[in-house]
Amino acid sequence: MDDLVTRSVCRLMVPFVQLYGAYLVFYGHLSPGGGFAGGAVIAASFILYALSFGQETASRRIAPGISHLMESGGGLLFVLAGLFGIMLGGTFLANKAAGFYMGIPGQLFSGGIIMILSFGVGIKVTSTMVTLYNSLSKRG
Amino acid sequence: MITILDFLLLMFLIVCAIAVARIRDLLSAVVIFAAYSLVMAIIWQMLGSPDVAITEAALGTGVTTFLFIAAISRTQRAE
Repeated sequence: MDDLVTRSVCRLMVPFVQLYGAYLVFYGHLSPGGGFAGGAVIAASFILYALSFGQETASRRIAPGISHLMESGGGLLFVLAGLFGIMLGGTFLANKAAGFYMGIPGQLFSGGIIMILSFGVGIKVTSTMVTLYNSLSKRG
Repeated sequence: MITILDFLLLMFLIVCAIAVARIRDLLSAVVIFAAYSLVMAIIWQMLGSPDVAITEAALGTGVTTFLFIAAISRTQRAE
């Protein structure tokens, strides 16, 4: 799996795929997409990198320990953002009732905590897919 | 109202589904399944649900194919 064409195409494609995934995650409350789809796109870029450059190079980019940490951290971020609603006097995942900044509808920084929740889901989905691929393709 | 493009895509979908179930070579089955997912994503988009289309294109065509190929490389290729 040491092909020049594969590596060159992968090196060209991966930044654009990751940029599109980040766009899907951060604009999830305005346009189609969201945490799950964006996380899956980013994970596909990491898996593509691991396929064309080999497992060792890929695990230098995103180490298995960091991947595990991201997986726990994404879920924890979601739960903590939900608990903020209770702390500020609403229900779990309360958004406007808890007094978060709503912004102007249609702009990027609007909708309160929805962007934070999308970010948590995106991190968790990315690291879950990468961990799945790592544990499936590990030798021995 | 079914247009000609709808009809062609749905026919391709049915042929792909039958071929995945009938074929003996597992790697070919995975590639045909990826083509099935891509056409399914186009149909989702035409039905007016771009959210599902993005997820189908990313998961069905991308990640699932990688995972299947990784699983085949650990086991036997022939059924």
